[in-house]
Amino acid sequence: MDNTTFGLTMLLVGMGGTLLTLWILAILIGWLTRLCDTSKEGGKP
Amino acid sequence: MIDAIFSALNALAAGAKFAFSPEGLPNLVMIGISLTMFWLAIKKEVEPLLLLPIGFGCLLANLPLSDVMDKEGFLRVMYDMGIGNELFPLLIFVGIGSMTDFTPLLARPKMILFGAAGQLGIFLTLLVALLILPYIPGINPAQIKETAISIAVIGACDGPTVIYVSNLFAGLGKIDPSMVGALAVAAYSYMALVPIIQPPIMRLMTTEKERATPIPAAKNKVSKTALIFFPILVVVLTGIIAPKGLPLMGSIMLGNFLKMSGVVPRLTQCSENEIANISTLFLGLAIGGTMAGQEFLKSQTLMVFALGLMAIVVDTVGGLLLGKIWYRLSGGKMNPLIGAAGISAYPMAARIVQVEGLKANHQNHLLMNAMGANTGGQIGSVMAASIMLAILKGMGLI
Repeated sequence: MDNTTFGLTMLLVGMGGTLLTLWILAILIGWLTRLCDTSKEGGKP
Repeated sequence: MIDAIFSALNALAAGAKFAFSPEGLPNLVMIGISLTMFWLAIKKEVEPLLLLPIGFGCLLANLPLSDVMDKEGFLRVMYDMGIGNELFPLLIFVGIGSMTDFTPLLARPKMILFGAAGQLGIFLTLLVALLILPYIPGINPAQIKETAISIAVIGACDGPTVIYVSNLFAGLGKIDPSMVGALAVAAYSYMALVPIIQPPIMRLMTTEKERATPIPAAKNKVSKTALIFFPILVVVLTGIIAPKGLPLMGSIMLGNFLKMSGVVPRLTQCSENEIANISTLFLGLAIGGTMAGQEFLKSQTLMVFALGLMAIVVDTVGGLLLGKIWYRLSGGKMNPLIGAAGISAYPMAARIVQVEGLKANHQNHLLMNAMGANTGGQIGSVMAASIMLAILKGMGLI
């Protein structure tokens, strides 16, 4: 694979993969915080 | 007898002779650089925890006829003990994890997207480095991809990640091992310079009106259970998507898990203090030991510093661009400055956002939102490196 193709692949898949993974993580965090509601146990101020 | 005396005196003078010979000139320059590091650390308080040990290691390695980095030399032993096998960066990550509070992020999960946008510098710098490096003398054409990746990871704004990735390649013989020192110094120097690098870009890319945008105060309450489960969630997700990055993400989340569990205060304090401090000292000294003049003073080093700066600048631009898009899409309910906190320099980047926000609007307190983006940047930088390693493994490059 030549350098330009490699760089473009990394830019698209790497940056896209990072965005997608962190977006999934944001959704999971949202579920986690809703599942573990602060009102039930008293949250960290 | 006279011959023996002359021979002994000659042996004592060998160091001085070497220092002032043409071969010793690079070492003299490096001694000057180590003195500059001491000055920066002591007088300007620029990353003193790292620059002092790195500078001292550099001084020891460059004294005439020094054997500290020879086989069995004491800095070589330290290097083999924790840099050659990537252990010290991971131990530092355990300490960083135990010092980090992810509450602002868990209270505002969407802020993690800034942590993704703040990694644009890594990937764009990689592309630019791949285009430029073939024209730089002294770089092995067979090592261009790995060298470019090692430089681009400076955009993670995260010293241990840079050392981990570059040393992984050095261990596989895919980059020149003498580059690890330059990469580490560049990474830590630019992290310290974030308060100088970011504000002009923030002012250039945003309007006064955008900077003055208030963000409604959000709750900052998160249940203890959520905080305990968060590190487990991140580690499992990393394991599924990018298992090659598990040592990096696993160590940072281990430190955080210890802290959030609340049941092992001794281990948490040990991670925050003894483990992080000892690893930092040994890592700094060993990295300094790799900075021998003959190896360090090359055109590649200049390239490392130039492209490293580009990576940090593009990271900031990436975060601000997402901030501006968010501002438009939300009808002016997001302050684009928050995007600049999406890099890993924690908590420095969040504080800069708070300061710049207050300059535009004295009633505008962006700190907690910026902290959310900043901790998102910490996870984002490690995730970006992990994904990069996973792709490289898939391509058979590691």
